[in-house]
Amino acid sequence: MSSKPRKFKVDRDAIPYKGPYTRYDLLKEGAIALVVVSLLTVLLAVLFSSPDEHALTIKDWSTASPQDFIATAATELNGTSFVAGYGPPYNNVQGSVQKIGPVKLPNILGVTIPINTADDFVLNPLRSQPGPAELRQALATYTAASPTQQKTWADNYVNSASTTDANGNVTYNVKLVKGQVVMPPGNYGPVATIMQGETQIARSGALDQALITGNGFYTTDYTKASLFLADGGWFAGVGDAQHLTGSQWGMMNETGSYPGQAWLWLYTMFYQVPPYNTSWGANADVLVWLTMVILTAILALVPFIPGLRSIPRWVRIYRLIWREHYRENDVAA
Amino acid sequence: MTDQTPEPVSKYAGHPEDAKMWTARVRKGVVGALPPDKMLPDRQPAYVASWIYVFGMATITSMIVVIATGCILALKGPQWWHESGFGHFINSLHLWSVELFFFAMVIHLWGKFFMAAWRGNRSLTWITGVVTFLASIVTGFTGYLSQTNFDSQWISTQAKDGINATGGGAFFNVLNFGQMLMWHITLMPIALVVLVGLHVLMVRHRGVVPPLPAKGETIPEMTAEVPS
Repeated sequence: MSSKPRKFKVDRDAIPYKGPYTRYDLLKEGAIALVVVSLLTVLLAVLFSSPDEHALTIKDWSTASPQDFIATAATELNGTSFVAGYGPPYNNVQGSVQKIGPVKLPNILGVTIPINTADDFVLNPLRSQPGPAELRQALATYTAASPTQQKTWADNYVNSASTTDANGNVTYNVKLVKGQVVMPPGNYGPVATIMQGETQIARSGALDQALITGNGFYTTDYTKASLFLADGGWFAGVGDAQHLTGSQWGMMNETGSYPGQAWLWLYTMFYQVPPYNTSWGANADVLVWLTMVILTAILALVPFIPGLRSIPRWVRIYRLIWREHYRENDVAA
Repeated sequence: MTDQTPEPVSKYAGHPEDAKMWTARVRKGVVGALPPDKMLPDRQPAYVASWIYVFGMATITSMIVVIATGCILALKGPQWWHESGFGHFINSLHLWSVELFFFAMVIHLWGKFFMAAWRGNRSLTWITGVVTFLASIVTGFTGYLSQTNFDSQWISTQAKDGINATGGGAFFNVLNFGQMLMWHITLMPIALVVLVGLHVLMVRHRGVVPPLPAKGETIPEMTAEVPS
């Protein structure tokens, strides 16, 4: 390591302290702090408890809002849902992959959690369940059909199940009458029977199980069930009612009137302001992350950044913190 | 057997033949950097006389409460607190100690900023503090994802888009409860304890940063050799 003399820099160097010392019982201070923090924690827990809204299931969804469930499940089958067009890490669709300039970071590691929404959310769960012969036949017919034929049936079903106007308002044409899915007349092929079966296993709770037990008896992975649930409008509506959506500072909030992850305020704030929520909106997530990485690096490297490391000296709050020291050590200029 | 009885360390301290021993070299370095009066001081400079200094200790003690309440929750598993009133109370203690931890840590961070506490070869202490803050955010975040309730569902489905957009979702799947729980109760606590430990040892080694120069105080000329 080479060495060289340099001048004292007031924002980088410290004058070695030559003054008096006082008694300081480190362990006693720590013990007192532990007692005070513990008591404060108990007081806050007794006064405010903690939120615990139960987790939602696809059974809940298909029971509370069967039209939204059926319409969403149909988009999983014809490949037009949010997840079906997501891109890495779930699939290779590129339409909505976010980028920084020309760079699409998700493509570097690619698809590591493969999701085929038609197979994973609709067809395989139905194949895994006992069902009537009519459903078995419909699945066989759909599987044997050409991809073009499959898409024609599924597209017809999706387009008839619901319509969305220019303002994003959804009108459902599909109905659930006494447990039976009722659609306007159309050429749906076996898809009508498949969606009837999908709705039945959803309302029985079997679809929840089928989506989480793909790897056997034990599981801790809820990726498929969560993605499917989040594709629907009902789940978003529940979050919206709890003031948890992205435009409601959702990332840092939690249900009820609790502080949540208040420390994420800066990250969340960028989602609320231009250009992140306007012209940069299509790539908002990756650009907010990039911004936070830059700001965090600046925070960590403040000691080495001229100007920034002088801010404490300029704002003079240190004079308040060490006021007793300066009262005794200031020398008349 | 008498001849092989270990002698006190001090008897051989500084022995030339010990110079190449790993153990002796590490001990020499550790004791040199952190002698007992630095490690467990009973005196401190007179300028350490502000309430702002309390928040560093408050951060550590809050973390102790966080870990203790987390250990109680771990005893009965991640879903116990939904079914038991006592479990819910422990979860509330865990939540509020986390809130206090972050509150104290942020005050501590800004206090140190306004003291320019990186001065005097303390920049690495500042950096470990910032990294600890980041690690705490990841720990808190994975905790929210491990609650097995609607908050976990909502936060995970919202957060996936941000993490996936960076490419991080390829190996950090916020929708995988098992992965998030393991990060929350093993990887991140280990990282945090190590980071906080290093941070505290650095503070003890360098001492509390002295005040900026007083009015009229003579600024020393740094004529001594310093690392470039």
